[in-house]
Amino acid sequence: MLAPSYATPREKLSYFIFALFCTVVFLFLIGPILVIMPLSFSSEPWFTYPLPGLSLRWYIDFFTDERWRIALQNSGIVALFATLIATGLGTLAALGLSRGNVPFAGLILSILISPMIVPVVIVAVAMFFGFAAVGLNNTYLGLILAHAILGTPFVVITVTATLTGFDRTLTRAAASLGASPWTTFRTITLPLIAPGVTSGALFAFVTSWDEVVVALFLASPDQRTLPRQMFSGIREQISPTITAAATLLVFFAALLMLTLELLRRRSERLRGTGG
Amino acid sequence: MAVAALPGEAGPDVDRTSLKTKLRRAERVNRARSFSLVAPLLLFVLAVFALPIGLMLVRAVENTEVRETMPRTIAALDGWDGRATPGEDVFAAFVEDLVQTQKDRTTALVGKRINYEVPGARSRFLKAGRLVDAGGGGPWREKFIAADPEWGSVEFWAIMKRAGATFTPYYLLTSLDLRQDAQGAVSRNFADQSIFVDIFIRTIWISLLVTLATLVLGYPVAHLLAILPPRHANVLMILVLLPFTTSILVRTTAWIVLLQSNGVLNDILLALNLTTERVQLIFNRFGTVLAMTHIQLPFTILPIYSVMKSIPPSHLRAARSLGAGPLTAFVSVYMPQTLPGVGAGCLLTFILSLGYYITPALVGGPQDQMVSYFVALYTNREMNWGQASALGAILLLITLALYALFNRLVGIDKVKLG
Repeated sequence: MLAPSYATPREKLSYFIFALFCTVVFLFLIGPILVIMPLSFSSEPWFTYPLPGLSLRWYIDFFTDERWRIALQNSGIVALFATLIATGLGTLAALGLSRGNVPFAGLILSILISPMIVPVVIVAVAMFFGFAAVGLNNTYLGLILAHAILGTPFVVITVTATLTGFDRTLTRAAASLGASPWTTFRTITLPLIAPGVTSGALFAFVTSWDEVVVALFLASPDQRTLPRQMFSGIREQISPTITAAATLLVFFAALLMLTLELLRRRSERLRGTGG
Repeated sequence: MAVAALPGEAGPDVDRTSLKTKLRRAERVNRARSFSLVAPLLLFVLAVFALPIGLMLVRAVENTEVRETMPRTIAALDGWDGRATPGEDVFAAFVEDLVQTQKDRTTALVGKRINYEVPGARSRFLKAGRLVDAGGGGPWREKFIAADPEWGSVEFWAIMKRAGATFTPYYLLTSLDLRQDAQGAVSRNFADQSIFVDIFIRTIWISLLVTLATLVLGYPVAHLLAILPPRHANVLMILVLLPFTTSILVRTTAWIVLLQSNGVLNDILLALNLTTERVQLIFNRFGTVLAMTHIQLPFTILPIYSVMKSIPPSHLRAARSLGAGPLTAFVSVYMPQTLPGVGAGCLLTFILSLGYYITPALVGGPQDQMVSYFVALYTNREMNWGQASALGAILLLITLALYALFNRLVGIDKVKLG
């Protein structure tokens, strides 16, 4: 299938090796995730195949244990508010930057993206010192602000990407027909950039939802999030409850990926590019 | 804009200038409006992100402990020539300061600070605190030297004097395995304290290994994804994107389950009779690089893929029709065109690898911990925040330099997600 029709036998062999190599890499990519999931349905607390028996006890444990329940709740609260802040500010900034007349736009963009690049431990330690001075350590607000910072680059990038193909004549047409800037934004711009905004928001949400290092530094046990609960569990002894939590997170990720793909297609359709 | 370029057609002079002014004003208002959209996020990032990092950089050279707790001693040392053991005035000032630090319970704090540069100083400070508490009067100079001859050391007092300065290069020098002696000359640090250059080299080395591994594994996969018809490519793309969106913690957990000595991979190796006893696959360099490679692979694949996707297949066919062999065509026509993607993917993976903390902490051994781990260690456990900040500052500098390079070569605005 891969080799062109004019390929020689030797070429066909090299294509076969190439396909084999790629198969191994795909297995490497997906294998660990596939291996961990069935173990969460094991009836015994050790990690061996074949499974000694099937059971949902680790999921029951996950949903009934007070610590996991609070962690889940905290993660939800923090991720929700961090996403709202990141999406609001990030979308506005992307809209401003895309107008093409902001002075030092390149420098500003590099600053806005830098939370994605700076090692997360440095962010965590710097905020740990800085937040201590203003009493934000061990508070929900501190964790929310920190996670919002980590999420904004994703929103800026995705919304900017949607805006690069944006047809400016549409907003000008709206304005010339008498629409106020706000009406134009609400009825023309927003629907068109909505897929980018949503995928940025999803990335921001998942960034907060998965974040562990900043949570280790800034959160007290009261704000313990899901990844932090998992982290302390892994440090001591991996319990099957952690594999249950991990499996739920993988499903969450799959759902997210599916949504992003649908959004990408919708965005392409709206902008009239691609299929 | 177009109007301003055609001044000749704009009627009388008066109107033209006013039009120009109006236009300029309109542009200014427009620019201000654009900027006001960007400003909230910019201020937010500057206040909550850049400012704390800036303060951390200051902390790397900040030197408050001695200056704040022993002001009298530092003032008295100001007049000291540094040739012989200081006189009674310095000791008397030192005792006054010690009385205060004993009251504030900060003797251990200042002792710890001096201890960084003079091993054993902390316990000597605590003993001196007890000596002062015991009461009695001067002259203190003889009393101190009788209690411990080290109090007469010129070197000690020189370092004490230096520790009273507002800023210190101590933490940055230590991070580079350097030390400053009592005279201020910089030389190599003592062997037992020279651990940091090794850690930086290890961090760079692991990042290079991971980058290379992701390139070797990722390049063919990116090529496959680029040449397959979209129907098949989309399915295979899921296998790249699912790990990409799965939590790093989940993937690290998966590797622990796979690699541990009674884990799945060892079971397979035993079942296939490839080994007779369980192999140590985790808590070593192998496990660290393997897990990090798995996590970084999509970051390398995606930029290479998006560049490969833009290369017309006709180029390869043209090369072949002009007589190039399959290998020649691939190496001399196709590969050079993929270099921007390779550069972007590898640089991104290398930059992100430098900052790894969680994965090496969970699947690595003591010899695989990277700079981030020590930044955290010095913050949480050692409580040596100056050292943590100095290590962080150097790591940040390396990262930002590479980020600037990335910006130059690729442009951060070209980064696409999903």
